[in-house]
Amino acid sequence: MSTLSERILGAPAGTYVDREVDIAFAHDGTGLLTREALREMEVERLAHPERLRLVFDHIVPANTGMTATLQAELRGYARSSGIELSDAGGGICHQVMSEGVVRPGMIVVGADSHTCTLGALGAFATGMGATDMAAIWASGATWFRVPETIAVRLSGRLDGAAEPKDVALAYVAKLGMEGATYRALEFVGDGAAGISMDGRLTLSNMAVETGAKAGIFYADGVTVRYLAEYGVTASPQTPEDCRYEREVDIDLSGIVPLVAVPPRVDTVREAEEVAGTHLDQVLVGTCTNGRYEDLARFARIVRGRKVAVRTLVVPASRTVLSRAIASGVLADIVDAGCMVAPPGCGPCLGAHAGVLGEGEVCLSTANRNFKNRMGVGGDIYLSSVATAAASALAGEIAVPEAV
Amino acid sequence: MQGVGPAVCLGNDIDTDVIIAGRYLRTKDRSVWAEHAFEDLDPTLAGRLSGAVIVAGRNMGCGSSREQAVVALREAGVVGVVAPSFARIFFRNAVNVGLPVIEATVACIDGAHVAFDLDAGWVEVDGERYPARQLSPKMVAILRAGGLAPYWRACR
Repeated sequence: MSTLSERILGAPAGTYVDREVDIAFAHDGTGLLTREALREMEVERLAHPERLRLVFDHIVPANTGMTATLQAELRGYARSSGIELSDAGGGICHQVMSEGVVRPGMIVVGADSHTCTLGALGAFATGMGATDMAAIWASGATWFRVPETIAVRLSGRLDGAAEPKDVALAYVAKLGMEGATYRALEFVGDGAAGISMDGRLTLSNMAVETGAKAGIFYADGVTVRYLAEYGVTASPQTPEDCRYEREVDIDLSGIVPLVAVPPRVDTVREAEEVAGTHLDQVLVGTCTNGRYEDLARFARIVRGRKVAVRTLVVPASRTVLSRAIASGVLADIVDAGCMVAPPGCGPCLGAHAGVLGEGEVCLSTANRNFKNRMGVGGDIYLSSVATAAASALAGEIAVPEAV
Repeated sequence: MQGVGPAVCLGNDIDTDVIIAGRYLRTKDRSVWAEHAFEDLDPTLAGRLSGAVIVAGRNMGCGSSREQAVVALREAGVVGVVAPSFARIFFRNAVNVGLPVIEATVACIDGAHVAFDLDAGWVEVDGERYPARQLSPKMVAILRAGGLAPYWRACR
């Protein structure tokens, strides 16, 4: 009887295994180092170019001549080596990969720590560095230590203004920033079925903030229907009776809007407790909360009103952006006085657009609030989309009303 | 594999943004990363890394997968990194660029004399010996080769 990680990797926890990788991807940042490592390794031919992807998402479109030149070089490499490129504007790698590329049961490696996002689809998905990525591109395989698993057992249903992001902050607070180091998380229990795929991607996304190498949902009807929208046929995965190292219980009906206060993601307070905190910027987007449901939720709250603070909305992909245009969600957001940036990671890592100045405070729907991450001297609070929307309207941290 | 050097002590949960900030990532010039390592934590720290052993707290290297973090430390001349626990991507990255990482819980102050032996599995701080967790044979082989790229070239 195995955990899903053990089943997909085909060995019991604690074992070191070499495995072929089904999908391996890098972005404009890590792709460059991957290319450098391949050069250093003197690799001329890639094992399975059809399994590889390059996604330009971190600094898009390029902000300086240097960035543009480096991206042009990588673009040329993608072309000459037969790697499919999602160029600037296509979206954040994890979102692009979730839109019909990754399927249940796959082994997925991305040169980005938030690759665990894709565990939402029932895949074993984990982040690695650029040199590991180069070795995978060269050989098609890599080594894994099969992880022990911590179960995050969800019961009940979300209520009031709480949303999946609040659940993510709740489990990160319970486990702590290293509570799951070297381990995998499995999101199980009756409550999982009631969470949409967009919500699951948010929950899996933050697994790495507890140190976990993966954050996995079993594929079910939600997964099958989601992938069918992208023309992919998938089957559900049936959980087996298995041994978890530890279980963490979360009653969804007891979750309220939460905020992680700087500079730690595991220092979580009820939004109520930090309400009134002055804000200079609100950011809605990133690989945590830039999906269609997020934009729609944000639009529902700000529709017909005006934001009181500089607010930046970044759709996670072109698909998301296109849907938001077609449904009118984007018009509501723009009419409320928000800026909309092209799909990408944007300001989350402080490298491009929406950078904070000394002493500025941002409420963000992202996953990290490390010191100086969005700019030297800036503070980052992390929240749900609904809390971000209510706060954007108030110009200070505010508790969202139940919808 | 062995190493010695004076200790540079750091706290728990040192994240990769602190090791090398996002604003310095877009370059191929590795000396830039070494020069700006730990800038937001302590701007004088980079100047003390050459020949030193970093002795960090729990969850060393948490956060992003940026390999620039371990390259910065290696380029700055860090001999090895000792910590009770590491974020796993940082740990793999360190091995892959040939930077020794030693999982051990030690008592240490800045400037203490640190020695380690990866094969024998110990760390010494001012003569006091502590056990270190054994690396997998593959990780030891990669470290011994000087990183994954030289290991790869040798194995081909």
